[in-house]
Amino acid sequence: MARVVVDVMLKPEILDPQGRAVEGSLRRLGLTGVNDVRQGKQFIIDLDGVVEGARLELLETLAAELLSNPVIEDYKLKVIEDPA
Amino acid sequence: MSIDTVAAAEVSPEQSQPFAELGLKPDEYQQIRDILHRRPTSSELAMYSVMWSEHCSYKSSKVHLRQFGEKAPKTDALLVGIGENAGVVDIGAGWAVTFKVESHNHPSYVEPYQGAATGIGGIVRDIMSMGARPLAVMDPLRFGPADAPDTARVLPGVVAGIGGYGNCLGLPNIGGEIVFDSAYLGNPLVNALCVGAMKHEDIHLASAKGVGNLVVLYGARTGGDGIGGVSVLASETFADGGPTKRPSVQVGDPFMEKLLIEATLEVLQAGLVEGIQDLGGAGISCATSELASNGEGGMHVWLDRVLLRDATLSPEEILMSESQERMCAIVCPDRLPEFMERCAKWEVEAVVIGEVNATGRLTVDWHGERIVDVPPRTVAHEGPVYERPFHRPAWLDALQADTPDHLERPVTGPELRQTLLAMVAAPNLASKSWVTSQYDRYVQGNTVLAQPEDAGMIRIDEATGLGVAIATDCNGRFAKLDPYAGAQLALAEAYRNVAASGATPLAVTNCLNFGSPEDPEVMWQFAEATRGLADGCLQLGTPVTGGNVSFYNQTGDTAILPTPVVGVLGVIADVAMRTSMAWHDEGDHIYLLGDTSAEFGGSEWANHVHGHLGGLPPRVDLDRERALAKVLVTGSTSGLLVAAHDVSDGGVAQVLVEMALRAGTGATVNVPAALEPFVFMFAESAGRAVVVVRPTEAGQLGALCERAGVPLTEIGVVTAGAELTFADLFTVPLGDLKREHERTLPELFG
Repeated sequence: MARVVVDVMLKPEILDPQGRAVEGSLRRLGLTGVNDVRQGKQFIIDLDGVVEGARLELLETLAAELLSNPVIEDYKLKVIEDPA
Repeated sequence: MSIDTVAAAEVSPEQSQPFAELGLKPDEYQQIRDILHRRPTSSELAMYSVMWSEHCSYKSSKVHLRQFGEKAPKTDALLVGIGENAGVVDIGAGWAVTFKVESHNHPSYVEPYQGAATGIGGIVRDIMSMGARPLAVMDPLRFGPADAPDTARVLPGVVAGIGGYGNCLGLPNIGGEIVFDSAYLGNPLVNALCVGAMKHEDIHLASAKGVGNLVVLYGARTGGDGIGGVSVLASETFADGGPTKRPSVQVGDPFMEKLLIEATLEVLQAGLVEGIQDLGGAGISCATSELASNGEGGMHVWLDRVLLRDATLSPEEILMSESQERMCAIVCPDRLPEFMERCAKWEVEAVVIGEVNATGRLTVDWHGERIVDVPPRTVAHEGPVYERPFHRPAWLDALQADTPDHLERPVTGPELRQTLLAMVAAPNLASKSWVTSQYDRYVQGNTVLAQPEDAGMIRIDEATGLGVAIATDCNGRFAKLDPYAGAQLALAEAYRNVAASGATPLAVTNCLNFGSPEDPEVMWQFAEATRGLADGCLQLGTPVTGGNVSFYNQTGDTAILPTPVVGVLGVIADVAMRTSMAWHDEGDHIYLLGDTSAEFGGSEWANHVHGHLGGLPPRVDLDRERALAKVLVTGSTSGLLVAAHDVSDGGVAQVLVEMALRAGTGATVNVPAALEPFVFMFAESAGRAVVVVRPTEAGQLGALCERAGVPLTEIGVVTAGAELTFADLFTVPLGDLKREHERTLPELFG
């Protein structure tokens, strides 16, 4: 058993309208000192067996090309072996 | 981090500058040095390079575009002509309408969703900067083959981007085109049109008038959008750890744009603004230099006051940033507090970045240091102009000689039936509802006609029913066979589409999409197309009000089909008198207006069935188009016509199928004795329309056509049945036609 977690965020220099909207709401609702809000998405993929070698490479490719849009987004892929 | 200042530039004339990487030619760079009598600073180089780019300066097209002004027909309808953000047309009753089409081709290829979305955003800002409320959008689109993998990548993103942005803004998308051709593989065309309306007194222009007036930048903050190219200037100023690469992609925020529309219209209507300009290509460089150049001639800008999304931006990048949803206004100092108050009400950030003066110079400071000191006209209006060489392509004779006459044609009833079913499912003729149903076509409640009708129509004045209709068209295959005729055929088709809806054609906009102007054969196509369009507009009495040129649409040496997209705007006194393409009642008579001959060069039949392109396009007769439009408009507004539909791609057969499917009832069609059935069904002769009248009013139609000099032929009668019958040839159930017509796009993209 393994769990692969992929975090996808807009590249830092790309405008994030949703993050901006959340930022505005946080302020309106009384939160002080807000500097910036960025919103992203997370994929949690549970798999049988181990994640390494060619399988990990495939996951990296899928994260780069399917789960994220490489033109405007960055991703981070994390493998958790034996998630309890 | 060191800043390149005017003072530094004066003492370091020998410093090498990356002008070539910024797209400037050596002689253009020398020209800048001659203007300034020194080397430009890096900020000045950034401004000149982007403002002298083909996109902003029209340096290759200018000498040809002049014809649109020189050959403009005399008309009182044109309130603001070419050169402003968009042309403005008088439609009567104190109302004025502004409309324009622009390209966003390259950005949409790189990032389809954001590219198409920001294309809508940009054209909407052009319209509101004239003082008009944006009312509707349209999108003429061209993609590679429908079944190409890259089309599957680009098309859904483009459609979602147009829908996402336009729907969020609350603007109906009332039409456009979707065309597939292998020539567009790798170079999709994403053009966007917006139309807006205002009262005459609300028209505003982009000029910085009044010494002492303030330059206010408002809207979204400035970030590193769309400045990929300028990073060569900035690279040396980045400390380690800064962003490694600036994106060439701009991301749009339609909700910000909506606030910007409301804030802009409010400050304009409150009389708080002396001049206004939207920020699009070339961002602050373009807005400040154009405003100054059009006004008193001088302006000073404190660039460090610009509100930033990304604090690491260099001044060069701020000058060139194409961050979306920004506007620039010229405001009297005593009106500034109220201006700021109105912006705050709409949660739009605003900041004074400069002041109008009479120095004749555009000066820009960055934290107290002078980084730009230039004559604004040299940046905005007096850039290089090229008389690029052009010549008729050597291959054209062979292409024109390869006529479609030798292609195998269907003859028997079963063959014609099979061809019809194949044609209605061809990607270029198939139902586009998979796309258009992703757009909100009826928001705001003023949409009278939208896709799949010939033209989009919206109501402008609720009290009187005054409205406008717009259609965009271009058959790039015709333009390849003969660019002069192809441009006129595009004009004629859009003109006819508008007339078929019942509106009187009034004015023209265009988006001229071509390959590289440095290729003399492409340049010839461009020269011929503009000449054809200018001559055609003069003959039809419809002036060009503005438009856009998109060059370099090519992969390697292969250019796209020359694609001069033409948009025609018409006015209708009461939208209740419009005519739709759906026929109604059993027994109504169907007529074909105009002459049909065996014209198949560039036709959809040759393209789809045989993959053939050759011969000559259909003959152009603009006097006939004018006469036909007169019949259509008079027939429509007098209530004579029950239904009308222009005949173009796919010929009469396609028209009859569309009318029947729209109505849900069939017809019995008789092929005129003088015509071969195949020619009657699929020829694409211009100057034709199919109209439907009640049997009792057939005589009136005959008299109307005779007065106008338009031939008419009765070709059938509407039935209550659910099939389309071509007498003595074949019958096909509407259900089969509908299935074939509607399955293509969902199967490819659904």
